Amino acid sequence: MKYTTSTPIYMQVADSVKEKIVTGEISPGEKLPSGRDLALAYTINPNTAARVYQILEQEQVSFTKRGLGTFVTEDPERIRLLRSEMAEQLLDQFINGIERLGITKEEAIDMIKEKEG
Amino acid sequence: MLESKEVTKVFGRKTAVDHISLKLDPGHIYAMLGPNGSGKTTWMKMAAGLIKPTSGEIWYNGHPLEINSRREIAYMSTEPYFYNWMRVSDVGKYYQDFFSDFSMDRYKELLDRMELTGDLKTRSLSSGMMAKLKIAVTMARDARVIMLDEPLNGIDLLARDQIMTSIVETVSSDRVLLISSHLVEELETVADYAVFIRQGHLADFRELEELRMTEGISVADKYRQIYGAGGEYHE
Repeated sequence: MKYTTSTPIYMQVADSVKEKIVTGEISPGEKLPSGRDLALAYTINPNTAARVYQILEQEQVSFTKRGLGTFVTEDPERIRLLRSEMAEQLLDQFINGIERLGITKEEAIDMIKEKEG
Repeated sequence: MLESKEVTKVFGRKTAVDHISLKLDPGHIYAMLGPNGSGKTTWMKMAAGLIKPTSGEIWYNGHPLEINSRREIAYMSTEPYFYNWMRVSDVGKYYQDFFSDFSMDRYKELLDRMELTGDLKTRSLSSGMMAKLKIAVTMARDARVIMLDEPLNGIDLLARDQIMTSIVETVSSDRVLLISSHLVEELETVADYAVFIRQGHLADFRELEELRMTEGISVADKYRQIYGAGGEYHE
């Protein structure tokens, strides 16, 4: 994975795991890799990997079964919410960027429609 | 676990390391950064007990570093250190004789990962293969402190990935890993602390995620701040 090195790595990896959950690449209730395996898969520090799971658990995207590991939430509502949270984030970025170009929201909406049509 | 107390090394008229104090705790990867000639190697050699400080002390687990503690410290130097008649398998045997914590199984596992085979002659290895062999033989030890001096010098992207994987794999809660490099970006995601050395001094010591979070800058940005826009050649 390519990182933006000026923003915390744990957030970027957490976002990547969330995306996999939302797209269905990882299923609800599925066991996530161990912290060490996550560190290896993303070539990050194992302490950073532990932090990724802390944040996912705090946000109730995952939960820990004692002695068994970390699992993706089984709550479909939480995953739907995750999808809209991520969509919101993308929209914010988009609106930010487009406003900087001096394009109004209305103009932007028209542009999107044209693109579709 | 490993503590450098006002450690200084003078060679003739040149002060290579100047009152460096720092503490390394187990469970972490430390990136030791600085231009060539800034004193990283000299400090590492003192921390490994290979050369003596002119003044100051290295402490290991609450005691001044002694011959016995050297057994628990692995140091990979930049200099080539195999006899050229050796095959890769001989290098393992040689290490096994020297270090009681050397694991032949782990060595073979690492060789596999690095796509090296026992029958290769060390003198015929490319610089990338030699870099990987040095890592394999160092990491096959079950040392408490592992110091790698410029492990990423002169290697290609794939070798780099293999070395990074071995480094991440070796992290454990009872071990210190310290990696020196003048290639700052390489260690950006795997290190959790950066030790910046400038002209023999400790210029800064930072937790990396903290740096990104509070200042919104990368290690490379911090490096530029410390060493100046000219980087390497700035005095």
